[in-house]
This record gives sequence, structure tokens and C-alpha cells, in this order.
Amino acid sequence: MLCTVAELGQTVLSNFVRWLIGMNLRKLLAQWALPFALICIWEISARVGWLSSRILPEPLAVGRALVELSASGELWLHLRTSLLRALTGFAIGGGSGLALGLLTGTWRHAETALDTTLQMIRNIPALALIPLVILWFGIDESAKLFLLALGVFFPIYLNTFHGIRSVDPALIEMARSYGLRGWPLFRDVVLPSALPSILVGVRFSLGLVWVLLIVAETISAQAGIGFMTMNAREFLQTDVVLVGVLLYALLGKLADVFARGLEKYYLRWNPAYR
Amino acid sequence: MQLTLDIEQYAIQDTPQELPLRARRGISVALQGLSKSYATRQVLQAVDLQLRAGEFVAIVGRSGCGKSTLLRTIAQLETADAGSVQVGNGALAAEVRLMFQEPRLLPWKNVLDNVSLGLDHQFRPAAIAALAAVGLAERRYDWPAELSGGQRQRVALARALVHNPGLLLLDEPLGALDALTRIEMQQLLERLWQERGFTAVLVTHDVQEAVMLADRVLLVEEGRITLDLAIDLPRPRQRAGAAFGQLEQRLLDRLLQQ
Repeated sequence: MLCTVAELGQTVLSNFVRWLIGMNLRKLLAQWALPFALICIWEISARVGWLSSRILPEPLAVGRALVELSASGELWLHLRTSLLRALTGFAIGGGSGLALGLLTGTWRHAETALDTTLQMIRNIPALALIPLVILWFGIDESAKLFLLALGVFFPIYLNTFHGIRSVDPALIEMARSYGLRGWPLFRDVVLPSALPSILVGVRFSLGLVWVLLIVAETISAQAGIGFMTMNAREFLQTDVVLVGVLLYALLGKLADVFARGLEKYYLRWNPAYR
Repeated sequence: MQLTLDIEQYAIQDTPQELPLRARRGISVALQGLSKSYATRQVLQAVDLQLRAGEFVAIVGRSGCGKSTLLRTIAQLETADAGSVQVGNGALAAEVRLMFQEPRLLPWKNVLDNVSLGLDHQFRPAAIAALAAVGLAERRYDWPAELSGGQRQRVALARALVHNPGLLLLDEPLGALDALTRIEMQQLLERLWQERGFTAVLVTHDVQEAVMLADRVLLVEEGRITLDLAIDLPRPRQRAGAAFGQLEQRLLDRLLQQ
């Protein structure tokens, strides 16, 4: 009797595991079925001649362009330039946003002195400043970095400020009654409490940095993915343009995965992020 | 003498869970003419109170009668408008610990780090010992979010105990717990109080809880102490006893009178 119960349990279990694997496979198939079908239709239409290669080259041609560009080393040059640009702009803008947000969040006098001005600047779209930026910085690297930094600054500044301000006063009171003051209080209570909000800002900024980068690189550049696509447009190389678009999509996705990873690690105490 | 004895014990049993916390005698509290008002409302009116060292005192009263403010003033979380608070013989703030209505654990620190909040690394064994005393040593690497409400309040108790307070102030810490967990927590509190001999002040709205735990029950009405009732029932106390029921009834009647 006992034996049969155990056997029954085992069968039920193995069936369940098989069902689970089947579920995952089916889910994976369901997710990728549509993109795959679209690519097939695209390929077929290009081969049959419904799509001119000047409008949309076949997927295989895009793949070939990708391989050629990476083989010649051109792709890596542009990718490296764009990546470095994005990272530098993000570091400058994000860093100063974090620093000023922490300052105005913790110190009322700083808020009084700075916040109104910052809120005014915030309402100007970064891209509207392009003519002015070109006049100020010319068309070289610093103009692009300025645009990136300015755009990235505000999401991080605002979220840091908000995060610091919404720290639970009950926790501060508790920590004070346990003798925490100054830096330990900030490190153990204020900063971790503001971190979810700061990370929202980081994620938002990481999304924004690519949009700004695309625009900044199409103004005028000697290298970068934006330059590569603009250049290819001049020579009607639609396949190279598509490679550029795909690269932006990939970089954007990678940045998002990175930001999610940060959240998953730093907010692992929070059941909502596990 | 007591101190050296404990250090010897420490050397013999060096597994952290067995490590006894240094026992310390409770400290006395003296309040004189304590007054406090918020805007126009006076919440404490010239309160005089003497607490003996090692005494367990419960403060009962209706919501908004000033019992929490009284406790928070002793803890120096609120400053009085007039009067004085003297805790022990001097201003040793480290000897006073407060347990809040909510556990107030830091959710981004694990249980052990919460208990050792504000302490050096060398106190980690003491923190583990305090967790063992509330029966949660095995959960020390869990996040507070993974604990039940009662367990969180036990962690908060351990966090207070690791400092070896001479005076432990309890601001309705059991108010949000279910009936069974509450009884368990009351037993735990009584046991720890008997073992360590600290002075305990418990604010509660539960008359039964007050009679169960306290040597003295104070009734606060409109910012004044209007009744100071000694409970000299033998411990451990039985809720079902006749004497217990009489005291409880007497307090309840007094509360409902107003």
C-alpha cells in the first residue's frame, strides 16, 4: 500500500516536472513565434521582389552587413565611441544629479537656494537647446556630452531628492534612539531608504541616454553609431542603417538589463524586487 | 563581582548561542512636576512619579490620555515643557531602550544586522545571544520581510536587550499581535525581565495584560496619574484566578467610569 502511494507520488511529480518544462518551452515558442514569422515574411517579400532593397533590404543582407562591418573593425570603432560617449555623459550628469539631489534632500537651505532654479531648467527639453549648445561648444565632443549630461541629470536629481524626502521618520527616530547620528545614520537609514527611488531615476536615465545619444550623434560626428547610420544614408546603404538601428535597440536592452540587475541586487530585501 | 562571574561563564561556554548577557540591576526613575502641551492641549499635567529599580510598571489609560507621551518623555524622545526626568543616578542615555508600537526594523538589513544596529563588530556574539534569548537565533540571516509580525517584534525586543538596558520602555509593543502570539510575548517579556532584572515600563490599553505582568499599574487620565495600584499576585500568574479577576474588574470599572 505504502509502495503504491510512493509510486503514485513519483508519477504525479514527474508528470508535473514534464508539464513545467513543456510550459516553459511552449511559452518560449509563443513569445518568439511572432518575431520569427515577421522575419520570414520580410525575407520572402524581399526575395519575391515586393520590397525594394532601398526601402528595406532582406534580413540576410542586414546580417551580412553586420558581419562585414565587424570584420573590418569599423563596427567596433563606432560602438566603442558611442558607448564611451554614453557612459561619460551618464557619469557626469548622473553623478551631479545624485550629488545635488542628496544635498537638497538632506539640507533645507540648499533646497531653498537651488530647487526653484533647477525646476525651471528642468522644464526646458534638452533637445531644444541644440542650437545654443552648438553655438557654445561648437560641434565637437563637449557639445554632445553636455546634451547627454543635461538630459540624464534631471531624472536622477528628482528621484534622489524625492527618495531622501520620503524616508520614514519613524525609522529615523528609532535609529537616533539607538545612538546613530551623522554619517552612520545617513549610511544605514537614509541612503538605503532612498535607494529604490534613486534606482528608478537611474533606470529612467539609462533609457533616456540612448535617445539623446542618437540625436547628438546625428548633429555632426566623426565616429559613433549615429555617424555610421547618417553616413550610410548618404550612400543609400539601407542595410547598414538597419544595423545601426538594431545596435541601438540592443544597447538600450542591455542598459535596461543592467538597471534591473542593480535593482535586483540592491533591493533584494524587498519582496517586490525578488 | 557579578561581572567577573559572568566573564568566567563566557570563557567556559564559548558557543555564541549559550553566551549569557551580562545581568544588570534595573535603574530607578524619578519624574517631578512633568508638564507638556501640544499647542493648546495639555497632555501631561505636573506628573510626579517614582519608579524603583527593577520594578515592572504598567501604564493604562484611554487613547489620547497622555500615556504614550509620558513614556516618550522618559525616553527623551520628547522634551517636557516643565519638570524634570531623572533616570538612574546620572545621564546614562545608553541604559534606556524603547520598544515602539511597530517593530521599526530596517528592511534592508538582515535580522542580525538589525539587532546589532549602532554596535561595533565585536558585539556580534552578544547580538546572536540576544536573538537566541527571544528564540530567533536561526533566523539571523533572514530579511525582516520574511518574518511574521510577532517574530519582528521579538527581533525588536532582542535589539533593545543587546544593549543591556537598565530601563526598558515598552510603548504598546504587543498591540498589533494576535491573541496567541500576544500571550507568548507576554511570557517571554516576563521571563526576560525576571532573568535580567531591568526596570520595565509598559504602556498598554489592555487591562488584563497590565495585571498579568506588572507589579504596579498606573492609570493615566487627562495627563494625570489618577490611580496607583499595587499588584502583589504571585508569579507566574493565572488569568483564571479570583484575585486576578477582581483586580482586572476593578481597573476596568475605574477606566469606564469617566
